[in-house]
Amino acid sequence: MDPVLKNTKKELLLGNEAIVRGALEVGLSFATTYPGTPASEVGNVLAKIAKKLGIYFEFSTNEKVALETAAGAAFSGLPAMVSLKHYGLNVALDSLLPLIYLECPLVVVVADDPGSWSSIQTEQDSRWISRLGHLPTLEPSDSQEAKEMTKYAFKLTKKYKIPVLIRLTTRVCHTRSLVKYGKIFPTKKKGNFYKTKNLSATGSLPTIERHKNLLSKIKEIEKSELLKTKLNKIFKDNSNKVGIIASGVSYYYAKEAINEIGINLPILKIGFSYPFPKDITKKFIKNLEKVLIVEETDAIIEYEIRQIAKNVNPKLKIYGKDLLPQIGEMRPEYVLVALSKILNKSLPKNLVNNQKYFKLQKIEKRLPNLCPGCPHRATFWIVKKALGKNKIFAGDIGCYLLGALPPYKMADYIVAMGASVGLSHGVSKSTGKKPVIFIGDSTFFHAGIPALINTVFNKSDVLIIILDNRITAMTGHQPHPGTGITGLGEKTKALKIEEVVQSCGVDSVEVINVYNINESIVKVKKAYQKKGISVVVAKGECRLLTVRKLARIGVRTPKFEIFRQSPNLEILKDFGCPAIRKHKGKYYIDENVCWGCGVCRQIFPKNIRLKK
Amino acid sequence: MSNKNTFNLIIAGYGGQGVLTMAKIIAYAAMFAGYDVKQAELHGLAQRGGSLICQVRFGKKVYSPLIRQGNADLIIGLEILETLHACYYADKNKTIILANSEFYNPYLFEQKGIDSQKIIKDIKSFGLKTELISASKIIKKVIKDTAMINTFMTSYAVEKKLLPIREKFILQAMKEKFRKIFWEDNLKVFQIAKLTAKNK
Ligand SMILES: Cc1ncc(C[n+]2csc(CCOP(=O)(O)OP(=O)(O)O)c2C)c(N)n1
Ligand code: SF4
Ligand code: SF4
Repeated sequence: MDPVLKNTKKELLLGNEAIVRGALEVGLSFATTYPGTPASEVGNVLAKIAKKLGIYFEFSTNEKVALETAAGAAFSGLPAMVSLKHYGLNVALDSLLPLIYLECPLVVVVADDPGSWSSIQTEQDSRWISRLGHLPTLEPSDSQEAKEMTKYAFKLTKKYKIPVLIRLTTRVCHTRSLVKYGKIFPTKKKGNFYKTKNLSATGSLPTIERHKNLLSKIKEIEKSELLKTKLNKIFKDNSNKVGIIASGVSYYYAKEAINEIGINLPILKIGFSYPFPKDITKKFIKNLEKVLIVEETDAIIEYEIRQIAKNVNPKLKIYGKDLLPQIGEMRPEYVLVALSKILNKSLPKNLVNNQKYFKLQKIEKRLPNLCPGCPHRATFWIVKKALGKNKIFAGDIGCYLLGALPPYKMADYIVAMGASVGLSHGVSKSTGKKPVIFIGDSTFFHAGIPALINTVFNKSDVLIIILDNRITAMTGHQPHPGTGITGLGEKTKALKIEEVVQSCGVDSVEVINVYNINESIVKVKKAYQKKGISVVVAKGECRLLTVRKLARIGVRTPKFEIFRQSPNLEILKDFGCPAIRKHKGKYYIDENVCWGCGVCRQIFPKNIRLKK
Repeated sequence: MSNKNTFNLIIAGYGGQGVLTMAKIIAYAAMFAGYDVKQAELHGLAQRGGSLICQVRFGKKVYSPLIRQGNADLIIGLEILETLHACYYADKNKTIILANSEFYNPYLFEQKGIDSQKIIKDIKSFGLKTELISASKIIKKVIKDTAMINTFMTSYAVEKKLLPIREKFILQAMKEKFRKIFWEDNLKVFQIAKLTAKNK
């Protein structure tokens, strides 16, 4: 049984799982997402359990659609939630902002990724969006709080008719900690849409009126909720003149630092961070001489404190990003160092020692790589053979972004989901060259289609290779519109990418099977020679998925072996399958690593064969 | 347990070695043993064969999910280069390092240009005591694969009392978290590791 469904008193949960449990305890009825790490498990867990509990759940085509869909449910009176990673919130922002004006009672979960552990585009602090949109915002520190704050978010959203943002960071999402369980509340199966809801009044007057309402609503929340909430709390309110203000997981780093130094400093923990809790802050900083602000990632609370201190305690010395990093994730040692500086204390010996000696180590970092037998590797090989390495190559977001690394290095720019197409169109128009675009299937459905239509509309000259591995692989194998299965596990129509492309007006469409190397090379060459826009749909199932399917039915993955040595096999180094290696001048395939795609045999049919 | 009653464990390896599973099992075992637990892991890019460090902290009350630099009680490394990475958390006067002594980079065409003796020497300079063991060689004796280094190292650490959790809780967690088809092989690896630890 999934841990979130267990009938138990307490359970070890990831922050993401705790969000789901919290939502279940207040009768979640409708949930949507588009996958994105570090938020992915919210959707993954729901996909597993929703049907059983009568909850409607879907993986939408992108985050904007996911948010709009959940908003539709919220307007129809169902407890609804959408979960996104930080870039996802960017994609959904255009709809989110008016939904705040329109009093949509929706819970929005966003996961930021300080340290960029699974985000190559940017580091981002989504709490700016709270301020941009006047969006009440909660910041849990661990799984227990993630659960409690989710429950509270549903209460708030209903009471004040306003979306509520739960802002997570990687170390909250992906830390397991103990959660006390309450009862699961039954779901509401059917909603009601009342036509009298005045959602469509247009013109500048209603908009301004709504803006005014929103601001007074925020005032009301400040007055009623912020004054009584326990999410903002002062700990150890003693006479010490140095204090700490912290939010999210940083609060625990501050706790550790205080414990290590051994001085009991007062802490103000901020859990409800927008609208900012001014009253408790005033009370906290009034008699302090110094305060350290610890938060991930930008100086948002720090900015608020500086404003408040101007009136309440202008002499207060405020430390924050001057002593703590604004890039990368927060860490316990950073807080300890900052606090020691402020208090003029020496650092623990084991920290000083490690700082001194570890720095001297030059350790090779292990790069990530495509799996053995990955269809993307076959595609990169085919394109390299067909077109050489010197074309302009556009990468996009997904496993295949690893094509930017050696041995292929076939991505001159990677920007954001779907951006490869528009960018290349611009490059093509400016240079007269014909860029080659690699875009994944899920990414194509997410944001590639409008850009594709634009290339047709505006007479572009690009080659688009759509890597159709039948799944959203990088984020953990979620279905998409081409998969034929919904988030609830039900059968649905599987869109064929080649048909979508044709109906967008592309005349030159080729389908290749990437596990058929020689034929594919010929087809890619031909596709490139066509003037104007041409599309190659490169089909080949994600090998990890295939291997798992085989394991489930008890079939062993085939293995290949090198049975005849030849100096030519050195070429396999550029092919880059991690199963193929050289030892003391001899080439061999490690059968513990080989996933049996057979591509290497196609490259060297006289030297490689299926192992019996 | 040092450090005000919280035990600080680092598990280091690369994507695909079962670092996440191992951390989860130990975290659950600590919970079964009645401790407060926090276990931090990473998903996403790190899983495509990249470096991967997981942290497990348990004790009476645990605050931070992350161990402070230089403050680990135990580092378990599933491969030596990754063990050296994890020495960011090591304390010369406290940390025990238990590492699978094999250098193995599945993503290197030739395993050349790497001086494993130097890496091992460096690792030793960071800890109070370093124990190296050639895990896959021993595992190969009982099962077909060289996988399950994670289970091997866990069992070894428990038997040697480097990890202050009783065996029965580890086994309970393994039984709950492993899929049935893997359970038997894991048990075999668990037993051989125990035996190895006893005789070493
Ligand atoms: C706006 C946005 N949403 C989500 C993500 C997270 N994300 C990273 S890779 C990826 C999967 C893309 O899938 P696909 O294009 O099919 O490539 P695959 O990983 O299957 O090769 C997603 C959803 C993101 N980077 N940006
Ligand atoms: S998960 Fe699938 S698509 Fe991603 S690298 Fe592995 S085989 Fe390739
Ligand atoms: S068959 Fe060849 S290319 Fe495919 S995974 Fe095995 S070794 Fe790699």
